[in-house]
Amino acid sequence: MNNRPRPNSDWHSPWFIASIALVLMLLLALTFAALAMLKPCIFDRCAKAMLINPEISSGRRAEVIHWWTAGGESAAVKSLADAYQAAGGIWVDTAVAVGEQAKAVAWNRMTGGNPPTATQFNSGKQFMEMAGEQLLNSIDPVAQRDQWDTFLPQVILDSIRFQGHYFAAPVDIHMPAWIWYSKAAFKKAGIASEPKTMQELFVALDKLQAAGLIPLAHGGQSWQDMIVFSAVLSNFGGRELYLKVLRDRDMNTILSPDFKNVLLTFKRLQSYVDKGSPGRNWNDSTALLISGKAGIQIMGDWVKGEFSLSAKKPEQDYGCIPGFGDDSLYIIQDDVFVFPRTSDPDQIQAQYLLARVITSPATQVEFSVLKGSIPIRTDVDASKLDLCAQKGLRIMKDKSRQIGNAQIYLTPDQYGALEDALTSYWNSNLSVEKAQKSIAAALSD
Amino acid sequence: MRLPTLGRSIKKLTPWSALLPMAVITVFCYLGTTLWSLRISLSSSHNIPINDFIGFRQYQRLLDNRRWIDSLENLLMFGIFFIAASMLIGLLLAIFLDQKIRAESLFRSIFLYPYAMSFIATGIVWQWILNPESGLQHSVREFGWSGFRFDWLVSQDNAIYAVAIAAVWQASGFVMAILLAGLRSIDAEIWSATRIDGIPPWRVYMSIIIPMLKSTLSVVFLLLATSVIKVYDVIISMTQGGPGMATDVPSKFIMDHLFSRANISLASAGTIMLLSMVLVLFIPVWIWRKRHLSGGIR
Repeated sequence: MNNRPRPNSDWHSPWFIASIALVLMLLLALTFAALAMLKPCIFDRCAKAMLINPEISSGRRAEVIHWWTAGGESAAVKSLADAYQAAGGIWVDTAVAVGEQAKAVAWNRMTGGNPPTATQFNSGKQFMEMAGEQLLNSIDPVAQRDQWDTFLPQVILDSIRFQGHYFAAPVDIHMPAWIWYSKAAFKKAGIASEPKTMQELFVALDKLQAAGLIPLAHGGQSWQDMIVFSAVLSNFGGRELYLKVLRDRDMNTILSPDFKNVLLTFKRLQSYVDKGSPGRNWNDSTALLISGKAGIQIMGDWVKGEFSLSAKKPEQDYGCIPGFGDDSLYIIQDDVFVFPRTSDPDQIQAQYLLARVITSPATQVEFSVLKGSIPIRTDVDASKLDLCAQKGLRIMKDKSRQIGNAQIYLTPDQYGALEDALTSYWNSNLSVEKAQKSIAAALSD
Repeated sequence: MRLPTLGRSIKKLTPWSALLPMAVITVFCYLGTTLWSLRISLSSSHNIPINDFIGFRQYQRLLDNRRWIDSLENLLMFGIFFIAASMLIGLLLAIFLDQKIRAESLFRSIFLYPYAMSFIATGIVWQWILNPESGLQHSVREFGWSGFRFDWLVSQDNAIYAVAIAAVWQASGFVMAILLAGLRSIDAEIWSATRIDGIPPWRVYMSIIIPMLKSTLSVVFLLLATSVIKVYDVIISMTQGGPGMATDVPSKFIMDHLFSRANISLASAGTIMLLSMVLVLFIPVWIWRKRHLSGGIR
């Protein structure tokens, strides 16, 4: 009888604690089991998908992952969704902010066996690897039916084809290395006409500096340093050097005097930035142009969105220079949609329909107007596009002036190492010879 | 007579069964993923895990990588500055509050307040303050002191200390809170005795109180050191590793390679190397604590 626990210390009893522990463990096990069962649904709009009437959803329901979440971007993506709905499909939007996050979500779902119908991606080496791992469906029937090879730029064709099959549908073309300038700042500095050569660009920068303005509004983040470098490489180095360095990764060229001059010109631009440059966001730099405090910015055509938000008009308040001379290059940075592997015939039909809709001329124009990019095809009605985009489209018509963005030629790893080498050179007192060597090392493996 | 023995053995098992869920999580989630990282770091994986062995080639690449070495150096400089400054300021604040001042709880809250903020918010605020074109330097110049220069944040050599200033601002209050608790636990008799002997207070602190706080100080050191190893968010919000590579840290290197550069094997090699360095640094501290502190209690 002495062994009976006293009533008021019931919770001290080993039996009681043991049973609590058992219940806890059971709960844990149940949770794991539930998670395992629901796995395909985690992080997905599973509940929503389950609620949709199967008869409707079995048609051409397409779930699309993308990272277009900013104002103009989401309006642009809505135009795609509208076009897809008009063609009889159902667009299920899965927007994930920030490209890397969206890619990570898409990767996890593809490797986890619950792929979306389509997901936004950038063409290039990483995409090729994905196709090589057999994670994607090809969209050959659409590409053949619509004769993509007749109207797509060669750079894009090369970047979306893997072993002769089409694995991606291009949506837009951005050009990352435009030269923008503020007309007000140019007027204040007494610059009569827009620079037409690299030398004139430096003259203009000097005049801006003399007028007490920030000559070059640059945001010192490594990807923006990369953009300035691309602009110098394409305008000052030219097509052959560009391809030798970025596509062929030719060591002799990288260590050559020609490339050395490109690097020196790149570095010379650094002397025109203000003290506040390091770490600044690109749109804050654009704001300096808008307020007339700075003269020039080298950045992609997405800055048009910032100008439009402040009601500034192209060729009126600001100027856009796609490159110097009649043979300047148009660097192509394309956004594409890829179609994760599935054997569900309905999903495959949805993928085909999606590929067809987003590449059609009407959708292309509407999307480009909202996004600030240019269409993937030149056989469209250009009159709706803004003046800068029209300039770009005119250059694009000449095949010899199209060239790929570095990302198209390099693996993400090589691209990142190049970016590291360039930003180190831009920001430090590293000698140009050492910079050449570190770029060679970055691109050698 | 059987029941008591059974009851006793269950009593012995109880704490273990209560610990079991946690043990399962530790084994599978921590050790399991660590082993997985080790496995990946020995493969040639890029985008997705590949099941091959290429030996220690990723580690070789890592040691040849200028950026990795730079980031380790940055981490070391950041760590020394951050730990020394936080502990010194935290200790001074704690001693200040221990003087039986008025409105102590108000000061305590004020000093501890920064710790309630996320590193991201801290980083952004300090980025504004330290930006030479819009922050402190600009304001002081506006006041007429036009030669004033404080541009650490944009300088290659000093940017890492600018980041450390923000981190110190945040952590000192936390250090103060722990050390204040330590000071309060010191027997008042000691103070009476030293007062009778006429020893000046600073001498008492230096020779008696601080040595008595050594167990608390070592806890503080460990906590600060772990936060140094994992520093990431304050760098992202203040400098994104720039200018150039001046404020790059290993965790940023690892995150970059894990995601945007799609090189999970190199990233895993980085995490394993970081883990081994942590172990090399911490095991001596741990042994020291075990020897000196448990001996003191006995």
